[in-house]
Amino acid sequence: MSFLKLEGLSAQVGALPILRDVSLQVEVGEVRALVGESGAGKSMIGKAILGTLPEAIRITGGSIHLDGENLLAMAARERRHLIGAKAALIPQDPLTALNPARRVGPQITNRLVDILGWRRKQAQARVIELLDEVHIPAPERVMRAYPHELSGGMRQRILIASAFAAQPRLIVADEPTTALDVTVQKQILRLIRDMQQRHGTALLFVTHDLGVVSKLCQSMTVLYGGKVLEDTTVDEFFQSPAHVYSAALLAATPKYTDPDGSLMSVPEAVTRSVEAEIAAHDHRRPG
Amino acid sequence: MADGRAAAKRQINSRLWLSGSWLLLLVIAALAAPLLAPQDPLAQDLFASRLPPLWQAGADPAYPLGSDSLGRDVLSRTLYGARIALVVALIAGSCTCILGAGLGLVAGYYRGWADLLISRFIEIWMAFPPVLFAILLIAVMGTGLTSIIVAIVVIDWTRFARVIRAEAMSQSAMDYVASAKVAGRKRFGIMVVEILPNVLPTIVVLLTLEMGIAVIVEAILSFVNLSISTDDPTWGSMIAEGRASIHQSWWVLVFPLITLFLTVLSFSQLGEGLKDHFDPVLR
Repeated sequence: MSFLKLEGLSAQVGALPILRDVSLQVEVGEVRALVGESGAGKSMIGKAILGTLPEAIRITGGSIHLDGENLLAMAARERRHLIGAKAALIPQDPLTALNPARRVGPQITNRLVDILGWRRKQAQARVIELLDEVHIPAPERVMRAYPHELSGGMRQRILIASAFAAQPRLIVADEPTTALDVTVQKQILRLIRDMQQRHGTALLFVTHDLGVVSKLCQSMTVLYGGKVLEDTTVDEFFQSPAHVYSAALLAATPKYTDPDGSLMSVPEAVTRSVEAEIAAHDHRRPG
Repeated sequence: MADGRAAAKRQINSRLWLSGSWLLLLVIAALAAPLLAPQDPLAQDLFASRLPPLWQAGADPAYPLGSDSLGRDVLSRTLYGARIALVVALIAGSCTCILGAGLGLVAGYYRGWADLLISRFIEIWMAFPPVLFAILLIAVMGTGLTSIIVAIVVIDWTRFARVIRAEAMSQSAMDYVASAKVAGRKRFGIMVVEILPNVLPTIVVLLTLEMGIAVIVEAILSFVNLSISTDDPTWGSMIAEGRASIHQSWWVLVFPLITLFLTVLSFSQLGEGLKDHFDPVLR
């Protein structure tokens, strides 16, 4: 049975659909990529799962099952507890994801106190272990630091430690390397993969970088305009993408072997055909 | 980089020192007014009216800063005036801050109907001309220290509410708030633990500015004779009295005016200095 299961999830801002009938599953311990261009709704799916959607966005249908329980049918309080206990987030921008006015240590230990009901001392010892696990030198000193005293890569490591702290079974990583520079990106990706394998956590990896997908993920979901176009394994996607859009997306990935370093985009004919497909879908299911 | 930071720190420090020492001096003067004042601030002596300050010809050493047209000692009255000014600054300032910042925080973080209600209220409130509103309030409640404080709070809470609401809104959009939410933290807890420390520097600046404003409002109200009873020496009423006899005795107007000016300036500089002091990046 899959740990996370979205069925027919739809969401709107006013009358504008943001998510169209999205279904996807993440098995226990699986790493699934959620791929699409900007505005495809990939981050919104992550936010819907974690209950952090902006207030203007309304979920209009479907269900989200986390560990067998339908989040959308639960009372807000229970939902918060369930999500807190079973899921965590590795955010996109490590610069805004740590509270600038508080020291780093308490921000992570708080999670253990909040979620697992641990005592402060116990939590502190565990966080030092975790920081050590994500290769942070002198964890005790880092815990007393303010976020601005640390580099972007350090902060992202801290956030990874913080995400894994309470032993969640699903982690949503929302483009965790976009805000970092290229040399650090690689280390961070390796760290996420190592941590994921060691802890056996399921990972929903939101990204637009197919290179990252090929290295990190087992299965993937391709989105466009809030609609799932393809749901496949990573191997199959790279060998024979089923959807025209997937093929175009794959062809648009820059390679070192490109003759003059020219960049390709998804051809307009393809996006137009995808949009026609979505329009037809909207037409079949009014409202 | 390190040099710029050190220079910025020095500037902050001198700011804090200068404004802080003036305010400290004022607090001491207010507390020790009965000991320091050479005369009873209310005692009139028509034989000693309009005496010039010490360094001018014809001065009386018993009246170091001169006397007004009723023969009351300017220094003693200024010292006693500091008591009222500081009490108003402290109490009215903090009450305004608590009410305004609290409502602003709730509106900015909770949004929804709470925000709708508070924001509309602020807009309606700000449509009233403030000084007129204060005068009206005092006319209804009667003069006295409590009325002044209530009037200042009622007029000025919107200043806090608007700014803090905007700050809380921008902080709520940060990822660390989302992370706390995912961790299952209660909304109120997030507001107090995550948002509040980030808007605190702004609150401190507004608070000290508000204390300065409270001193001014009190002076304005006593200038138009609507403050505490006319017997109590306040800077505003001294300025009003001094204005009438400015050509004969400038000192009656000038000394309380300088004190008022330095006090308000110190409050605002203290705020600026504290803001930078609290700023985690400059710390």
